[in-house]
Parts: sequence; structure tokens; C-alpha cells
Amino acid sequence: MTARIGVITFPGSLDDGDAQRAVRIAGAEPVALWHGSHDLEGVDALVLPGGFSYGDYLRAGAIAALSPIMSEVRDAAAKGMPVLGICNGFQMLVEAHLLPGGLIRNAHQQFIRRDQRLRVENASTAWTSQFEVGEEITIPLKNGDGGYICSAETLARIEGEGLVAFRYVGVNPNGSLDDIAGLANERGNVVGLMPHPEHAVEPGFGPDTAAAMRSGVDGLSFFTSAIASLAAAAA
Amino acid sequence: MPTIVVDVMPKSELLDPQGKAVAGALARLEVGGVSDVRIGKRFELTVATADEATLAAVEKIAAEILSNAVIEDVVGIEVVE
Repeated sequence: MTARIGVITFPGSLDDGDAQRAVRIAGAEPVALWHGSHDLEGVDALVLPGGFSYGDYLRAGAIAALSPIMSEVRDAAAKGMPVLGICNGFQMLVEAHLLPGGLIRNAHQQFIRRDQRLRVENASTAWTSQFEVGEEITIPLKNGDGGYICSAETLARIEGEGLVAFRYVGVNPNGSLDDIAGLANERGNVVGLMPHPEHAVEPGFGPDTAAAMRSGVDGLSFFTSAIASLAAAAA
Repeated sequence: MPTIVVDVMPKSELLDPQGKAVAGALARLEVGGVSDVRIGKRFELTVATADEATLAAVEKIAAEILSNAVIEDVVGIEVVE
């Protein structure tokens, strides 16, 4: 059976279309969901896409985290449904306390857009199982509020429990603590990261690689990982 | 109608990139001997009555919505008539 992966559109979401496309290219059925609804339409997994929901007013992701559909997202996450937050979606997950810490303005105050190298630190989550620990990947990064911060106690806990899913390699683009680019929850079903896997899923439209321009498809494994974890859970 | 003012500041131990940028600009301009700048937010909430129940509700809103306890502190809640 084809996995059905929901992509929630919030007011100001920008990458919902790309996230749906990534789901389709990975081999699942994308389901468009709406922030104002309380209906997850029976999907098997969820993507909270990037963008600038509510213009980043109050704090990035803060108002979207109070959306009607987020109560269903919380319940589904608590029951183990795979949930991926990308960029603004990651900001929503920390604002909804589904992941620890917070995201603030980039340390250098500039919006940044670059093809970013990352190291996979945890390959046992629902969204990273198709990677190897220590594997380096390149996917686009584009944000203004990507600086990851948390208390010293929280940092010690997430490092100690292996909850850091991805770390920036080569350059820390936004001043994030410990070069943290993405996190997972204890159960491994909820993952959030600032860079954008959905923009690196199809040859011709991804980051440049040594082999050819725009041929990078390192983001595809996020979505095939989720499909594999759903298949494993159903078996 | 009374207004309740809520002040929120980034936690003192955490980097405040906005404040740092302004402090850097002031240092470049060589004005005023300012050694540090931190930038926070002021919310003005208009309420029908500033009674105890409303204040309790505003305290809850301030802690849970207007601020994010991970990165910010509520530093003041004040009724302004």
C-alpha cells in the first residue's frame, strides 16, 4: 500500500508544494492539509513545511504552533506518527514543545541561502534510517532565524541522549550551539531541521555535486526513510 | 479602558543578535559610552477591566504565548490606566 504523507499548509508557507513533490518523487502519496482544520485525513506521516508563517510575527513559528491542526499534530506525534519539520516547520515544532530548545535570529543578522554540508549524527530516526551515521550530505539552507539555542542542561541532555540528528559541517551558518542543524525526539518519530531536504530530491533541481551541476538528491533519503519506517511498522 | 503592558526580554545568558548589532553600530559611531544593548518586546493589551482574574489570565498568556521560556523572560506585567 502506498504511504500517505500529509503536508500542512499554514498562512505564509512557501515550500508546501516542494514538500508534496518530494513525497511524490520518493514514492508516497502527498496529501495537502490545512492549518485551520482539525482533520489529518488519515495520513501515515506529516511534514510541516518551510516558509514564513504569519510573517514570523511574535517569534518564527510561534503563531502557527497555535493553529487548530497543531492539537492533532501533537496527538499524532505522541502516538508515534513520523513528523518532519523543515525550517519554519522546525521552528513550529520547538514552539509547540515537540522538540527542545529554540531558534533565534542568525548570529550575523543576515538571511542566508547556501548549499549546506551536514553530517548525519543519528540514523535511527523515522526520517534518517536510510542514512549512515557520519555520512555527509549537501542540501540547501535558507533562513533568517536559524540559530539554535537551549539551556546548558538541555544541551547536555540532547547531546547525551543522541538527539542531535544533523550537524553543520565546514561552516556554522547561523551561530547554532554545537553546530546543531537538526534534532529528533527521544522516540525518533519527530525530526526537525533548518536546511531543506525537499529541495534536493530530483536531478537537475538540486545542489551542485562533483558529478554534475544541480544533480544533488541527498534530500530524498529523508522521505524514503519515512516510507521505510512506515512499511516496517505495518509489517 | 485599562491597558496591561507586558515586557519580554531575551534571556540574559543567551546571545541577542539584534542587540549586539545595535551595540556594534553605536561603538562605530563613538557615541555615549554604551557597552551593551539588549532588545526586547513590549506588548500593550487592552482589557475591559484589570481585575485579578484578568491579570491572572494575562500572566498565563505572557508566560505561554507572548514569550518562549526557552529563550525569553517576562520581565514585567503592569496595569496602565
